[in-house]
Amino acid sequence: MSNANWPLFEVFIRSKNGLNHKHVGSLRAADAPMAIQNARDVYTRRGEGTSIWVVESNLIGASDPDEADELYEPALTKVYRHPTFYTVPEGIKHM
Amino acid sequence: MENKLVTYTLRIADDSMILGQRLGEWCGHGPILEEDIAMTNIALDYIGQATNFYEYAATLAGNGKTADDFAFLRIENEYTNVLLVEQPNGHYGDTIARQFFYDIFRKLYFEALLHSKDEQLAAIAEKSLKESKYHVKHSSEWVIRLGDGTDLSHERMQTSINNLWKYTDELFYMDDVDKELIEKGIAVDLDTLRKPWLDHVEMVLNRATLEKPSATWNFNGGRKGVHTEHFGYLLAEMQYMQRAYPGMEW
Repeated sequence: MSNANWPLFEVFIRSKNGLNHKHVGSLRAADAPMAIQNARDVYTRRGEGTSIWVVESNLIGASDPDEADELYEPALTKVYRHPTFYTVPEGIKHM
Repeated sequence: MENKLVTYTLRIADDSMILGQRLGEWCGHGPILEEDIAMTNIALDYIGQATNFYEYAATLAGNGKTADDFAFLRIENEYTNVLLVEQPNGHYGDTIARQFFYDIFRKLYFEALLHSKDEQLAAIAEKSLKESKYHVKHSSEWVIRLGDGTDLSHERMQTSINNLWKYTDELFYMDDVDKELIEKGIAVDLDTLRKPWLDHVEMVLNRATLEKPSATWNFNGGRKGVHTEHFGYLLAEMQYMQRAYPGMEW
């Protein structure tokens, strides 16, 4: 199950063409091809996907949770940044 | 004619059923979680294929027997699967070697069966081929990883390949049943699959730095219902529920 010798991979699945890949979880594998094969077996058993991305977890840069206040709080009061004041034309999907 | 087609269909069905049963034994015992799930996925692919073939055989037989009767209520020498698929799981390399030999055969077989004049067999082949392509990918990847892995994994993978080699010739076994149906354009002439099978096996073994075994002594008998000593135990487990609670439905 967990093997200290195998790196951890993050798995991203695209559910259908036109949508973006979404993070679905992580798993261990010896390399990327094995990670894709494992992801296929673990994360697409119920028809969840049409495309898989994997990336080694240690290659992901991440923001520091301790800096959450200065990074994200200022945006909360700036409601004018939301595109809610526009009318979305009919027929536009996935906005 | 009708009977030969039933016999032929049951042979393919039995291969699928018994291999699916064997793979199912890995459920909860896989070396890693992902492989545990992969093995049960593949087991279900094979059992799904068995269901399709058994149902077709039941329709053809037209004697009131159902697919379940064929799957669960025959005795040992009425099953006509090849001996390779009933071989025990052993360690993971043993299972991978067995799958590797059979998966490649099965993929080539379905590619040929697509052209069968029997529409139902051709349709099942078309549906199953995609599954088989993935099975080949899965088992080949593992042969390469274990063969071209550490000294220990290499040695064990080579031993597994050597041990199961004697059961591979039977994959191409043919008799009157096949010959009559080949003439009618229904069955696959398995002689035509020998070379593509060997080419594919050799290609993967080369990449895995493994040797092709040189032994030429081969087992057969499965297609006539003569099985290895492992088979009775497998059936005892597989049939237990139907034998203990006749007519039980899931």
